[in-house]
Amino acid sequence: MPYTADKPGSTPDPDVLRARIPGWGSDLDPADRPAFPREQPDIVTGAHWELPEQQPGGAGRERSIEHERLTPVFGTAQPLHGASGAIRRFAYDRFSEGQTAHWLLLVLGDRVDAVTAHAASLFSTRPDDPITESGVAGEVAHRPIASRFGRGRIDLKHAWLDPILVVGPWVLASVLAVKLVRAVFLPAAKRGKK
Amino acid sequence: MKAMTYRGPYKVRVEEKPDPTIQHPNDAIVRVELAAICGSDLHLYHGMLPDTRVGHTFGHEFIGRVEQVGPSVQNLKVGDRVMVPFNIFCGSCFFCARGLFSNCHNVNANATAVGGIYGYSHTAGGYDGGQAELVRVPFADVGPAVIPDGVNPEDALLLTDAFSTGYFGAQLADIVEGDTAVVFGAGPIGLAAARSCWLMGAGRVIVVDYLDYRLRKAEEFAFAETINFGQVNDIVLELKKQTGGLGADVVIDAVGAEADGHVLQHVTSAKLKLQGGSPVALNWAIDSVRKAGTISVMGAYGPLFSAVKFGDAMNKGVTMRMNQAPVKRQWPRLLEHIAAGHITPSEMITHRIPLEHIAEGYHIFSSKLDDIIKPVITVA
Repeated sequence: MPYTADKPGSTPDPDVLRARIPGWGSDLDPADRPAFPREQPDIVTGAHWELPEQQPGGAGRERSIEHERLTPVFGTAQPLHGASGAIRRFAYDRFSEGQTAHWLLLVLGDRVDAVTAHAASLFSTRPDDPITESGVAGEVAHRPIASRFGRGRIDLKHAWLDPILVVGPWVLASVLAVKLVRAVFLPAAKRGKK
Repeated sequence: MKAMTYRGPYKVRVEEKPDPTIQHPNDAIVRVELAAICGSDLHLYHGMLPDTRVGHTFGHEFIGRVEQVGPSVQNLKVGDRVMVPFNIFCGSCFFCARGLFSNCHNVNANATAVGGIYGYSHTAGGYDGGQAELVRVPFADVGPAVIPDGVNPEDALLLTDAFSTGYFGAQLADIVEGDTAVVFGAGPIGLAAARSCWLMGAGRVIVVDYLDYRLRKAEEFAFAETINFGQVNDIVLELKKQTGGLGADVVIDAVGAEADGHVLQHVTSAKLKLQGGSPVALNWAIDSVRKAGTISVMGAYGPLFSAVKFGDAMNKGVTMRMNQAPVKRQWPRLLEHIAAGHITPSEMITHRIPLEHIAEGYHIFSSKLDDIIKPVITVA
């Protein structure tokens, strides 16, 4: 097929589009688009300060080392604590956001956080409940079969992998833990015995 | 108060948490009436975003009534019914002063690359979100706005992120009259982007997804042509055929980190977290946009690297634009569109779920059951 200077295909008729689609072309002019130009000097924001007051209580609060100081406002949702907190603090204190190690340590901290929180919950008045917390009970009233099968869903092609990827690391970690405990507490002579 | 809390990947529950308090003179406390689960909340739910801590309350799309204000708050009063943009921003830093609210430098101590976002892990500042009875709203004089009389609360809710972000995605695509726009993803952002492309004068809008029920919604809500990429051998080739061999003028990635369509990419990113996100949709965008075309990225990706086909993007002279949406800048124009009857964002809502049942809501949304497109959480 030869390519010419013209755009292939027929040009849509604006009147037809306008009749068919509510509001067609009402923002054709870029000036009608709210974030144009990208940067607008002198924009009114509602701020009545040049520099916001500093939120108190920031001592010990982790921050990216790319910031020169703690930001004037910061979140206080879940302060660092325990083993996951130590991992996360190391990630923040040692590595900039440009370092892969920064992010991988934070992901590690997340997994440690999840495991330790689950373990701790077993000693609380409200232990984790995999049935209610996974929301799997919602399957019953929301067409689990009709939603998944006979519809060509491509995610079903790799759904079989999910349990392996989710459960696999737990099985692997359990095996390693058992081996470690045996190595530490069982004399070498007894380890080989059935 | 009651709040949704994260318990680890694929696990959430509702529990009693201490009520939020005023921690800065310009804080407000908002009693939430409606919240939503966003597709990007699923990235948190699936354990994809670093520094998502057990106990965190998600939810960056919410509306409610002002319950309490800090001593320096001037623009809001107790009892005002407000919509709250998902961005937390100060209004006075280098970026805010230029209208780049999503890039505020004064609200996220944990990172400089991203601004503050409610309920979006400590990577986005460590603020609890709105899937709760009460939420702390920093910089109350800057972010929230009173919902105008006559505006449906569910329409207002969808302006706090989903529709505003879709509209912004179309805007970043720099559409000119008659352009052919391809939108990858028929979730709420993709639907809103597709609908918005028409407002900006597109001549054709094609939405790509693999779920037929979402594509039907794209036809009804966004008047779009649709392609189910699971039913064609090669989606890039199909799009080239449909555009006379040149490719689309603009492509919008409304998929992001958990893109399906390539098992290896999906497993290494969504499952094993070895990439900041599956680049499938982004790579398809690079391949299917025409030379010197524009790609707008609204899909959320994590901070780690992803295997993006940057060489092709360079050789084609592609312009790539992306950002978190500066939501509040979109509101005046979008409220005009709602008043004029051009758009009704709440038409995207398919499920209304009480806060007490939010674990089921996350599971249904994550598993794409029951033809779900946009779940709303009723709190009040």
